[in-house]
Amino acid sequence: MELILSIAIGTLTASGVWLLLRPRTFQVIIGLSLLSYAVNLFIFGMGRLRMDAAPILEGAGSDPANYADPVPQALVLTAIVIGFAMTALFLVVLLAARGLTGTDHVDGRER
Amino acid sequence: MPGETALIVILLLPFMAAFVAGFLPQTARNTEAWLAGVVAVIGLGLSLWLYPQVTDGGVVRAEWTWMPSLGLNFVLRMDGFAWLFSVLITGIGLLVVLYARYYMSPSDPVPRFFAFFLAFMGAMLGLVLSGNIIQMAVFWELTSIVSFLLIGYWHHNASARDGARMALTITGTGGLCLLVGVLLIGHIVGSYDLDVVLASGDTIRDHDLYAPTLILVLLGALTKSAQFPFHFWLPHAMAAPTPVSAYLHSATMVKAGVFLLVRFWPVMAGTDLWFLIVGAAGLSTLLLGAYFAIFQQDLKGLLAYSTISHLGLITTLIGLGSPLGLVAAIFHIVNHATFKASLFMAAGIIDHETGTRDMRRLSGLRRALPITATLAMVASAAMAGVPLLNGFLSKEMFFTEAVENHTGSLLDQSLPYVATLAGMFSVVYSLRFIHKVFFGPDAVGLEKEPHEPPHWMRLPIELLVLACLIVGIIPGITIGPFLASAVTSVLGPETPYYSLSIWHGFNLPLLMSIVALVGGVLIYLALQRYLSSGIEGPPWFRNLKGQRIFERLLVTLSWRWAKALEKLLGTRKLQPQLRLLIGTVLLAACLPLFMGRFAPNLSAFVGFDLGFATMWAVGMACAVIAAYQAKYHRLVALMLMGGAGLVTCITFVWFSAPDLALTQLLVEIVTTVLILLGLRWLPKRMDAPELVRPATLMVTLRRYRDLLLAIVAGLGTAALSFAVMTRPAFDSVSRFFLERAYTEGGGTNVVNVILVDFRGFDTLGEVVVLATVAITIYVLLRRFRPAAESVGLPEQQRIQADFDAEQPHRRPGDTLTDYLNIPSVIMQWMFPVIIVLSMYLFLRGHELPGGGFAAGITMSIGFILQYMAGGTRWVEAHLRILPLRWIGWGLLFAGGTGIASTLFGFPFLTSYFQYLEVPLIGRVPVASALLFDLGIFLLVVGATVLILIALAHQSVRSPKAARAPRPLGPVGGEQ
Repeated sequence: MELILSIAIGTLTASGVWLLLRPRTFQVIIGLSLLSYAVNLFIFGMGRLRMDAAPILEGAGSDPANYADPVPQALVLTAIVIGFAMTALFLVVLLAARGLTGTDHVDGRER
Repeated sequence: MPGETALIVILLLPFMAAFVAGFLPQTARNTEAWLAGVVAVIGLGLSLWLYPQVTDGGVVRAEWTWMPSLGLNFVLRMDGFAWLFSVLITGIGLLVVLYARYYMSPSDPVPRFFAFFLAFMGAMLGLVLSGNIIQMAVFWELTSIVSFLLIGYWHHNASARDGARMALTITGTGGLCLLVGVLLIGHIVGSYDLDVVLASGDTIRDHDLYAPTLILVLLGALTKSAQFPFHFWLPHAMAAPTPVSAYLHSATMVKAGVFLLVRFWPVMAGTDLWFLIVGAAGLSTLLLGAYFAIFQQDLKGLLAYSTISHLGLITTLIGLGSPLGLVAAIFHIVNHATFKASLFMAAGIIDHETGTRDMRRLSGLRRALPITATLAMVASAAMAGVPLLNGFLSKEMFFTEAVENHTGSLLDQSLPYVATLAGMFSVVYSLRFIHKVFFGPDAVGLEKEPHEPPHWMRLPIELLVLACLIVGIIPGITIGPFLASAVTSVLGPETPYYSLSIWHGFNLPLLMSIVALVGGVLIYLALQRYLSSGIEGPPWFRNLKGQRIFERLLVTLSWRWAKALEKLLGTRKLQPQLRLLIGTVLLAACLPLFMGRFAPNLSAFVGFDLGFATMWAVGMACAVIAAYQAKYHRLVALMLMGGAGLVTCITFVWFSAPDLALTQLLVEIVTTVLILLGLRWLPKRMDAPELVRPATLMVTLRRYRDLLLAIVAGLGTAALSFAVMTRPAFDSVSRFFLERAYTEGGGTNVVNVILVDFRGFDTLGEVVVLATVAITIYVLLRRFRPAAESVGLPEQQRIQADFDAEQPHRRPGDTLTDYLNIPSVIMQWMFPVIIVLSMYLFLRGHELPGGGFAAGITMSIGFILQYMAGGTRWVEAHLRILPLRWIGWGLLFAGGTGIASTLFGFPFLTSYFQYLEVPLIGRVPVASALLFDLGIFLLVVGATVLILIALAHQSVRSPKAARAPRPLGPVGGEQ
């Protein structure tokens, strides 16, 4: 399982990085999204992969070892929301830039 | 009043008065002068009152804790030497205030002048009274900064600005060197307390770091005291008002350098390095300053170079390293302050009365200004070292020291000759000053008719000249005791026997004095022709200007090199920047691999699930194809990106993270809608073969390089993830959260409890970011102007509209309504269902997957569905959505819950929970975190809806905007 997820994270990263280096703003926004999937999965993986571990406590006094690691989850939850805000802001900036400069090149002008 | 209080009053009063002075009205010239005068009088009075406590090596000391964690105390410390300086600073300060009252024109902004002046006095007092060497360096820099403000007082004047900048650059840089030097001293000694430092002379001199420490400290002192080769800032500082020059360049600013040298003399002097650097700098400054002074045409220029030369004399004396030399140095510090202050003031009066300081135009002023002329003559005679004046005494002491043998080096051997030569030069320039300005025929073509200034303006000069005379005639009973206490405080038991009497019999120093006087007169006569030719500057050297070198250096450093560097390394293009960034990250990530070892635990490669593998095969295909198609097929790329997102979401479910999966799914929906809304405003791009330019070799190479970067980055993260995930988990803070989530947070959904309770402050910051982004987007889109080609209706809508127009029985928009008839009914009916779902997710968040984020996004999806179903205009006619208010209430709830806990005496955002017995339902936990979560919910709804609506509105308003531009109303706000 770890191997599959590692390869998946690698592929997502590679696709994201490739798109980040492209000249068109839309490519960059898709690239950023793919890269954030990769990063979120990576952070999530830091808590190790646990199948069928209970995410919800069964009252007080239960053994913590039986549960999924909540800290990476909380971090990723935050990251998802911030990632959404970033995508939204970037989208609007790229639209405004396109309106202002007449091009969707990342530098605001065709080469 | 105890001495400690007196010290703090002496130090603080000028600063407080400076603050007050800055706020007085522009015309309050008299009030300002009175204020400054009273401050100086109090400072002077308190210093005099403290005198009995500092005689015979006594020290007044006051200490306050400053930074106890670093072992630093704020220490004020007055010994005999600091006392002498305090009296000079406050006494001459008082005279300068009186003088400035008459010098400054009513049109000058006097509050600024007196505020800076008082602040400078305070900084200078702070410097001499510091008993902690770091504190000393702080006040040192403060004097540099305030002197910058004072020199640049007439900032409408370019030369004032340049002079001020140069003074700050040189002395400020020196101050930084001093700071490092002081830190090194502290490192060597182990304490920053001046008393401890002064007691550790041998430790410092024998330490390996002695040489760098000495050089750094000397860089500070020599720049401040305008010693060669840093002397050139001082003549340019003459652009300051004359009272400033009289104060800064006689008793204070430039004396700070020699003050520091004397202060550290007991612990640093006496080595060959000290003699070499200090002696050489002082001697060359003494000679060059005197030589340059002869050839100045500006009165203040002459005085400036003479100041440089006299500072060189003092520095030379300090550099000799003999106790007698130090006595002479301290004595000359005082003497120079008195005669130079009076000369500057006299020069100011001449400038004031005639309108010029150019010696080529001045002549015969002794008839118009008889009293000023007499005073200036006496002061000049003191400067030249004529007997019966104070300058003579310290010069005799200097000559005596010069003929002594110190180290036997070439520098030492040449000392008597250089000293005599410099003595001659000082006679020449003093003579020139007097002869040129006050004698000869009456000046013609002056802007004003000169006459004597008001008596009060002349009084400071009279007092100073009187001091020169008294000290010169009866030194033993006037300056003697004060000098003794100053010398004793520095030298302690090493204090030598010295005699202050005028007559020591016929000896070598007297002969040198006579040679200097006679030689000076002869040189002056010989130079008559050159001097009357009106050329500014000495022969040979006048083309070598320190200022020009300095300016060139500045331009080279801060402009040419910076520009070249920017050209070499900088780029305004995004792609190279990102490439650099990613490349750097890759290199940084490789670094630990070389230093440590890469050891994934391969035995963990056991779990293999075909379903999971297949799912990710699809997910990876989605990602790769999205990357490949994002340029020409945006919609496809977006859909595929969503596919990869869905696979990610399922992965979260697979590995026991339902909260993440829920949030990921909801955010995925909103993001997709958002980008779909944006697609319309992007330019068309066809990949028809005839439209695509063939890629050049460069472009192809660049693509391969990017591909390589991407693959390396992918491989790297894959390897890293694999290595980490196959290692056993370590015991992290998770255990803490798991154990306490229920007992202390009152919730079973640990992730939610972490977000709204344990780490509530982070979450608050995060939602504030979300709100900020939403408002930024809202503001950006209010001014949005689409590109011209995107303004018209999209192709699909045009086809529909044309079709509707052709059919006689159809109205425009019918096609759209028909297409979406059933979906829109479903979507409208779903609205209440979605709201209930959102409430459900919200309420169960503390116990089960859900929470404010998920509920908020669900709710906003409900709203956006209404927009899709009914169209923007229909929704807004039926529903008042005010997202800005939602955001506001959300912030209020979240922040208010946090603040509420402080009302009960708990830290910000402490949560409280209690079980409530609710009829029919039973025991329900009620946590204040729920209120916090409500704030998050409201805010997320508001922000998401605001973003989506702001973008959706562009389609509605842009055809109108294209026809008739008008101010656009707020979107979704109070309409």
